[in-house]
Amino acid sequence: MPSVRPPLAIEATGLVKTFGEARAVDGVDLAVPTGSVYGVLGPNGAGKTTTIRMLATLIHPDAGRASVLGHDIVTESDAVRAAVSLTGQLASVDEDLTGRENLVLLARLLGLGRQSARTRATELLDAFGLMDAESRLVKHYSGGMRRRLDIAASLVVTPELMFLDEPTTGLDPRSRNQVWAIIRALVAEGTTILLCTQYLEEADQLADGIAVIDHGRVIAEGTPAQLKASAGAGSLHVRLLDPQQRPEAVQLLDRELGQATPDADPAALSAPCPDGDRAAHAVAALARAGIRIGDFSLGRPSLDEVFLALTGHHAEEADTDEQSTLEQEKVS
Amino acid sequence: MSVNTTVDQGTGPSSADLAAVRRAIASTARPPRPKPWSTALTFGWRGMLKVKHVPEQLLDVTITPVMFVVMFTYLFGGAVAGSTGEYLDYILPGILVMSVLFTTVYSGVSLNTDLTKGVVDRFRSLPIWRPAPLVGSLLGDSVRYLVAGTVIIVVGVTLGYRPDAGPVGAVAALGLVVLFAFGLSWVFTTLGLLLRSPSAVMNAGFMGIFPLTFLSNVFVDPATLPGPLEAFVDVNPISILATASRGLMEGNADAGDVVVVLLVAAALTAVFAPLTTRLYRRG
Repeated sequence: MPSVRPPLAIEATGLVKTFGEARAVDGVDLAVPTGSVYGVLGPNGAGKTTTIRMLATLIHPDAGRASVLGHDIVTESDAVRAAVSLTGQLASVDEDLTGRENLVLLARLLGLGRQSARTRATELLDAFGLMDAESRLVKHYSGGMRRRLDIAASLVVTPELMFLDEPTTGLDPRSRNQVWAIIRALVAEGTTILLCTQYLEEADQLADGIAVIDHGRVIAEGTPAQLKASAGAGSLHVRLLDPQQRPEAVQLLDRELGQATPDADPAALSAPCPDGDRAAHAVAALARAGIRIGDFSLGRPSLDEVFLALTGHHAEEADTDEQSTLEQEKVS
Repeated sequence: MSVNTTVDQGTGPSSADLAAVRRAIASTARPPRPKPWSTALTFGWRGMLKVKHVPEQLLDVTITPVMFVVMFTYLFGGAVAGSTGEYLDYILPGILVMSVLFTTVYSGVSLNTDLTKGVVDRFRSLPIWRPAPLVGSLLGDSVRYLVAGTVIIVVGVTLGYRPDAGPVGAVAALGLVVLFAFGLSWVFTTLGLLLRSPSAVMNAGFMGIFPLTFLSNVFVDPATLPGPLEAFVDVNPISILATASRGLMEGNADAGDVVVVLLVAAALTAVFAPLTTRLYRRG
């Protein structure tokens, strides 16, 4: 890793890409600090993948400019390619080869000798828990294994910056958590990551900074906390053991926090609540009044609420497409 | 939906695995950029691995050529040349040319199939010599051409074909045909990048190669053809390739023919290889 790194790993201004009539990316600005995980969050078709493909030098922008690790993506594309890795939305591994052959192939293409390519493949297969499947064709891998191999393939030579395009789409929760843990390990080693995702929780869990993108434009930017704060306060949710006590509880919470409302669940109610202190007081007041509480939680505003506040529509409206991809993966 | 604020630690990889991941990430220095030629050979190796995993892929370069030799020899031999033996002498180099050139269409088809897969994005994002994936896969395909050509010569010899120039002549003819096929296959890889589906590439490819092959001297002596057709057949590069191959096998090849074949192959490569590379980069 070079000793002097530019403060911004990615700097893009006014990126535009049109396909026929459609402006897939319509003037995107990005500033990604070196060493961070930067989330690009948006629904399907928002322009996330097109943006990543431009930054990874796979397609030329129609307008605007961008530099990656200090190199211009158009005039110095070779230098960009030498420092980044891409894990695409379709798994970027060769299905007709085995896991080991995939890694050896990439290692050879990146300039490792025959023997070091083999050693490197073993190291990665081992680290990513794929040793048992090393000689199986990738088309017979599960979605989670394929993803892990995909990420391992991006790490044959440690990149300074990694593009991850929807790394957990279609994965079960266990595989998703494994991928998240790997991403955290990467960040701990100093790799900058540009993470495209349509999952709000994923951006919230992993990203230091987030750009929310919709219809090819960045519509909001900030830390997850800032974005949530922009959508207003959180709320206290309480579930009672005895639904009979709810009217009394609503009255009490209304006094403590204001605007308490019963939920659809006959034993539950909620009220807006800015912080944990106020929540603790309110819960204690309920207990003092002899109201028996099943459970309670302080819900922070979700990024979905943020997205709704910013765009007027939900972030995961386009999920039907995702569902069908998921089903296809299960079939294959 | 509210965001779950606790991370589920229980289902992730164990801390030992993560330590291995961190070690694996930390352990590399970037090796020197590999030579263009070596990356192309690596892609050729990828092609060979695919054949290893799915050997059925070799059917079109083994069974089909056998069928062609046997069928044409016994079906047309008596009618065209008076005897199957005499016709075999004439047609074997021609069938060699036809079978190998038909196989080149599949290079475009398989490239088109490859493009629908995510792995191409990774290849294109690598810091390597840009034509390497294409040159490499055509080198791999050249092995297939060699297999097809060898099968034909072996079947021919089994049926009684004896080239006057012996094994050396046969190898020279095979080499010339494979070289020409390498040049021609760039046309089909270009087609493979321009058309939308593998079957479209297949149809368009054969629509071109079929008439070009049949309107040559592969099957019949052009002296019997109507004037304008004969004129076309005489300048058709496939006729020249067939004549040169016959000459090499019989030991009386015209150097001019061989040079023309090599020039045409070089010209096809010079025009269509850069075109294919540009289309491949564009995606």
